[in-house]
Amino acid sequence: MTGFPTLLYKEVLRFRKVGVQTVAAPVLTALLYLLIFGHVMDRHVRVYESVSYTTFLVPGLVMMSVLQNAFANSSSSLMQSKMTGNVVFVLLPPISYLEFFSAYVLAAATRGLVVGAGVLLVTMPFVELPVRALHWVVLFAMAGSIILGALGLIAAIVADKIDQVQAFQNFLIMPLTFLSGVFYSVHSLPAFWQELSHFNPVFYMIDGFRHGFFGVSDVDPRLGFAVVAACLGVVSAAALMLLKGGYKLRY
Amino acid sequence: MAAIEVRQVSKRFGALQALADIDLEVREGEFFGLLGPNGAGKTTLISILAGLARADTGSARIMGHDVALDYRGARRALGVVPQELVFDPFFTVRETLRNQSGYFGLRANDRWIDEVMASLDLTAKADVNMRALSGGMKRRVLVAQALVHKPPVIVLDEPTAGVDVELRQGLWQFVQRLNRDGHTIVLTTHYLEEAETMCARIAMLKQGRLVALDSTANLLRQLHSLHLRVRLRSGEWPANLEAVDSGGARVVRLREYGEVESVLAALRAAGCSIEEMELQQPDLEDVFLEIMRRK
Repeated sequence: MTGFPTLLYKEVLRFRKVGVQTVAAPVLTALLYLLIFGHVMDRHVRVYESVSYTTFLVPGLVMMSVLQNAFANSSSSLMQSKMTGNVVFVLLPPISYLEFFSAYVLAAATRGLVVGAGVLLVTMPFVELPVRALHWVVLFAMAGSIILGALGLIAAIVADKIDQVQAFQNFLIMPLTFLSGVFYSVHSLPAFWQELSHFNPVFYMIDGFRHGFFGVSDVDPRLGFAVVAACLGVVSAAALMLLKGGYKLRY
Repeated sequence: MAAIEVRQVSKRFGALQALADIDLEVREGEFFGLLGPNGAGKTTLISILAGLARADTGSARIMGHDVALDYRGARRALGVVPQELVFDPFFTVRETLRNQSGYFGLRANDRWIDEVMASLDLTAKADVNMRALSGGMKRRVLVAQALVHKPPVIVLDEPTAGVDVELRQGLWQFVQRLNRDGHTIVLTTHYLEEAETMCARIAMLKQGRLVALDSTANLLRQLHSLHLRVRLRSGEWPANLEAVDSGGARVVRLREYGEVESVLAALRAAGCSIEEMELQQPDLEDVFLEIMRRK
């Protein structure tokens, strides 16, 4: 391990330097979602017996912010480096593909978790959130942020232009997160859409994360975590394979 | 041990044969020039040495470390100044150099960073963001980045392209000092007079092939084109002395300096007196053009 600590540090420093854009802005967005959806829906929708809609909404918003920001961090960092050419600075040193992967993905997960913590913090005055099983909160947040960080890395490696990364984000990541039960329980969906939701890995991340707070969820968190862990394995393996072969990075 | 050893390296991009069977050795401590027109394969060869590209066939070693099998050893021994003026706009000069040190596992490198910055006149800019630097300053930072890990072998890919005269001279003095301190230097450049004054040995590439590899002196000699330009004050040019007219003077082609003597003897024997005489040496540009034309 030679370059890993510095590469991780550099990736974290990078988003810290533009914290208003990378941390404060997504926290504000989540807060706006909470204020608007919470205000409009609170009296109309009740997902679980003991939980008000606004309270129900918070863990979903937190997890959505974690996932989207983890993806945004690794994808935009590597893509910008590829576009400007400064990616050579990390290709010339003796950094192994495993170190490269770990640094980019952990930095992405860090940004996701920092934003998630920020969302949790600013929504605290509005809701009283119980924590029934802290371990599920931590496990799902970490696994989810790592998966999306690795996906961001894959998107940036494969893409030749910035619009392609944006397309990946807009046409894959956004629908997957919005259709995962952030704003509703999939139980309230018609049967077909309910079935379809079970093929969305993000659904399990949100559902399991929420279970950690309320102790209730659509599926058993152990099953959910098995799905998420499998996902983590597949996505990481794909990213590592691309990096090992030097796909589009070393020609 | 050779500083750089390239064996039978070929590289193809689709239909383009970027490099074909390159064999090359650069000795430790040498100042070596890699010349060739655009698209000759210079940057591809450097990329293979640096691990940025992979050879289709053949192998390359830096200070004995295979660039593929022992990439960590090879990359530690090599500092590369890339051709493109690239930088990371998020960081200051010092942060850039600290990060680069860290990538090589050097986490307490400030003393050397300060020394490199001082040598490259970057000290005053240490805490300035990379974005705010002029092109010349960015180029210096690129050189500094290549040196953070004190590599024994330094490759500069057209480091003076688009750089003003003052910086170019400062840069060359610095690179020559590194060479005197024992670093092996490999240089690609379009400025042939730079290669001529600094490189002891030169390789020339053309369309991915090595078309010349010799000492700079031998390459210059190879052209057989010492020109002796003579203007007579009086007397008739001897018929047996082959020469061409050139603006009222005569130019004799010589193979070596010693032939000057026989020309003078022939002129003396013919009773000529000389008003003006000049020995014109070939420069690398002549050699380069000649070799590119021939092969």
